[in-house]
Amino acid sequence: MSKNTVSLPSKELASGSSLWQDAWIKLRKNHLALFGLGVLIVLIISSLLTPWIAPYSYEAQNLDLGATAPSVSHWLGTDIFGRDMLTRIMYGGRVSLMVGFIATAVALIIGILWGAVAGFFGGKIDAIMMRIVDILYALPFMIFIVLLMVVFGRNILLLFLAIGAVEWLTMARIVRGQVMALRNQEFVEAANSLGLSQWTIIRRHIIPNTLGPVIVYTTLTIPSVMLLEAFLSFLGLGIQPPESSWGLLINYGVETMEEYPWLLIFPGIALSLTLFALNFLGDGLRDALDPRTSKD
Amino acid sequence: MIRFALSRLLQAIPVLLVVITATFFLVHSAPGGPFSADKAVPPEVIKALEAQYKLDQPVWQQYIGYLGDVVRGDFGPSFKYSGRTVNELIAAGLPATAELAFYAMLIAVGIGVLAGVTASLKPNTAQDYIPMSAAMIGICMPSFLLGPLLVLVFGIYLDWLPISGWGDIPGDKILPSITLGTGYAAYIARLSRGGMLEVLSQDYIRTARAKGLSETLVITKHALRGGLIPVVAFLGPAFAGLLGGSFVVETIFQIPGLGRFYVQAAFNRDYTLILGMTVFFSTLIIVFNLLSDMLAIWLNPKLRHEIGGNK
Repeated sequence: MSKNTVSLPSKELASGSSLWQDAWIKLRKNHLALFGLGVLIVLIISSLLTPWIAPYSYEAQNLDLGATAPSVSHWLGTDIFGRDMLTRIMYGGRVSLMVGFIATAVALIIGILWGAVAGFFGGKIDAIMMRIVDILYALPFMIFIVLLMVVFGRNILLLFLAIGAVEWLTMARIVRGQVMALRNQEFVEAANSLGLSQWTIIRRHIIPNTLGPVIVYTTLTIPSVMLLEAFLSFLGLGIQPPESSWGLLINYGVETMEEYPWLLIFPGIALSLTLFALNFLGDGLRDALDPRTSKD
Repeated sequence: MIRFALSRLLQAIPVLLVVITATFFLVHSAPGGPFSADKAVPPEVIKALEAQYKLDQPVWQQYIGYLGDVVRGDFGPSFKYSGRTVNELIAAGLPATAELAFYAMLIAVGIGVLAGVTASLKPNTAQDYIPMSAAMIGICMPSFLLGPLLVLVFGIYLDWLPISGWGDIPGDKILPSITLGTGYAAYIARLSRGGMLEVLSQDYIRTARAKGLSETLVITKHALRGGLIPVVAFLGPAFAGLLGGSFVVETIFQIPGLGRFYVQAAFNRDYTLILGMTVFFSTLIIVFNLLSDMLAIWLNPKLRHEIGGNK
């Protein structure tokens, strides 16, 4: 050791901050992303509690009342059967969010497994697996989902699977790219030469470093899945009554929008606001979780 | 370049084969035959119908026969529109959809590029935030919501524009084109802003400025060409998206185009029509993807060199 060894920095400096702490600090400065996070949390809580906090019962009709504009007793008005719109939107949101989360989870599982295997083994296996992804990319999936829903009836489980099966491709590409890049990084080499087991390397180095892009892409997949569900429900090919979703409510709203515009506008706001929130959160997370952006 | 195009076209053949095979067997595994109608039909009639549509043959034989027909460009007769072939129906719907897609694309590229480039010239100022916020709204406002809202405001309350039809009354093409184009305009705005920002920080732009070129010339002559490559590469997928979007827009505005036919065929369980249109759409999408890829390569000298060097 030479004489001019660097004096150890004070403890505070040396402790540094983890990627996640950094990310949280950066995210806290992003007001739009925080707004998105807030909207999302409120939505999730209200969806979980809907049966207890909804102001009216889901089925209760009041044909004498009919469609009424927003009022004190019905904040968002009632539909042509006299059903409370706020209640309908809350129940519809449950379904829309559930489709968003479950279908995204399906996409996540397939995508991560596929991408990780391809990236980790590389070579021929990788070439074949990614070729399959390329071919699937070229398929017109929107058309296929419509086809699936027609052929096998409009089954909600199938809807999850069909949407999930479409959305995993990009996830597989992201994970594969990440794993491939990580395998050749110096710190993984260092871990190897230190004699760490493969599993420890995967657990300690590969997974945590892949997590960032995966979280970001997941946040951005949820709104696109919800949009797809709403699109199908709007066409009458997704969620079927008596179940309800925002897409279906918008569909009903369009039929009577001339006389009762609030039946279109409120479900529309609910859907757009949610998409907004998730997109902002996703963008914010992308900026926050990218270790290359400096912390200022 | 030609070699690249040819090899990509060759690669498209297995993709199309997958599409045809998957669609064919999906449709044939559907529960309930195409003629299980509400009315009771005498068995002899069903027999005759099945013979007419070759449904009495084994499935693999139908499949081979269908492949042969498709290669010759014949999608067979429609199940529901008796006496009309799928080819005729596609030909009937194509003009309206093609025109709609063209206008929508024009709006998407025109407004999108303008907004994106404007925003990229002064990043993190009002000139950036305003168009980009508008773009975010455009992305979060799906066509099936935007369309009805436009109808409500401009068609019903203000009564400025017609709200249905295609080419019947002057002005009836405006609302559908805007409805279909807006989402893509928003996406293209974001893409072109990102692409321009990246290019504007490159050395060759600094060189161009150092030479004393005017800012307008730097932007139009040097920056745009590179900055818009992501947009060009997006045009292929955007086209596929436009076809999907036309399902909704043509339904809302009652336009007699392919999208509306497809949705109706789906509800009517008109299997030959669904099958034929799926194959037709897939072919279109593959061709457009290829075209937009080739355009992106032609615009990017780096990629052009790679392709030229490798093959």
